[in-house]
Amino acid sequence: MIRTKLENGVLEVELCREPMNEIGREMLAALEKVDLGGARAVVLFSSLKQGFCAGADLRELYHAGREMKPAERRKGVRDFLKRIHAFLNRLDEAPVPTVAAVHGAVFGGGLELALACDLIVADRSTRFAFPELRLGLVPGFGGIPRLKRDVPNSLVRDLLFTGRSINAEKALQAGLVGQVVAEGQAVRAARATAAQMAKFDPETAAAAKRFIKPFPKEELMREMELFLELFERPVVQEALRKFVEDKGPMPYLP
Amino acid sequence: MRTQEQTENELLDLAAAHFKVDRKKLRPEDDIFQKLGIDSLQALELLTKLERHFGVELPDYELQGVSDFRTLAERIHVRL
Repeated sequence: MIRTKLENGVLEVELCREPMNEIGREMLAALEKVDLGGARAVVLFSSLKQGFCAGADLRELYHAGREMKPAERRKGVRDFLKRIHAFLNRLDEAPVPTVAAVHGAVFGGGLELALACDLIVADRSTRFAFPELRLGLVPGFGGIPRLKRDVPNSLVRDLLFTGRSINAEKALQAGLVGQVVAEGQAVRAARATAAQMAKFDPETAAAAKRFIKPFPKEELMREMELFLELFERPVVQEALRKFVEDKGPMPYLP
Repeated sequence: MRTQEQTENELLDLAAAHFKVDRKKLRPEDDIFQKLGIDSLQALELLTKLERHFGVELPDYELQGVSDFRTLAERIHVRL
């Protein structure tokens, strides 16, 4: 599900959970075990051909939620969100530079994972999206505040309100990604970037990061509460049901 | 300036080349998913290829409900 390798001060975190690195309970537990200690730079990538990460495991969310009473479900979702926030905050505030190497689909929670990193390197096949509103939700892993700190508010609104995906070139123009490379070359480019950053004095790198990278703590909390408030509504449960039960070539997304 | 027929032909050429399907077997009225045998992730790949080839942005919602190449070519053409 997750493999890590520390070499020459660069920690590589490889996501490899079929079909699309969906973030459910198992993936979360694996992420929580990632130890950033000893690294001078971090590269996060997916070794799956299909893409980086499709986001939260909606099938697990739907099926687990159905088996629970409303109060139990609320608590379960809140606990899950707190844990994923804790991991993403740790990644966001890590005292070393971090790079996400992405390709294919970077959707929902997958985009939120990439946004917690300092830099994003994308190959030309990449598409970024926040499809949550299509299911009656907002991103819940901290995606809105983190996207807002990197790109104009107009693009945040565009992505959120339409649920559409944008390609790597558009993301580069908007400042969401730092580098766009040929298909299949994102990890190579991210490794080169991490190796460069790992050369520098760690204390200086950590100080520079603390100085320049804002951490939107309050907004992250507010987004989580908004997600939880919206999640309980029947419209969301119905949208999740349609999404999970849809067997067509394109999943249900209004 | 491209005609709609040219857009249609370029779309069919591109889809055939990318998904390694015999170009001669693709017709504008064919169902894209059935003919190419693709899933939603591969549809995203096609979307990216089309945006890059034609130099346009194609919002996903413009493609909802589009099942045949001709309609897809129309959606692209109006953005050229």
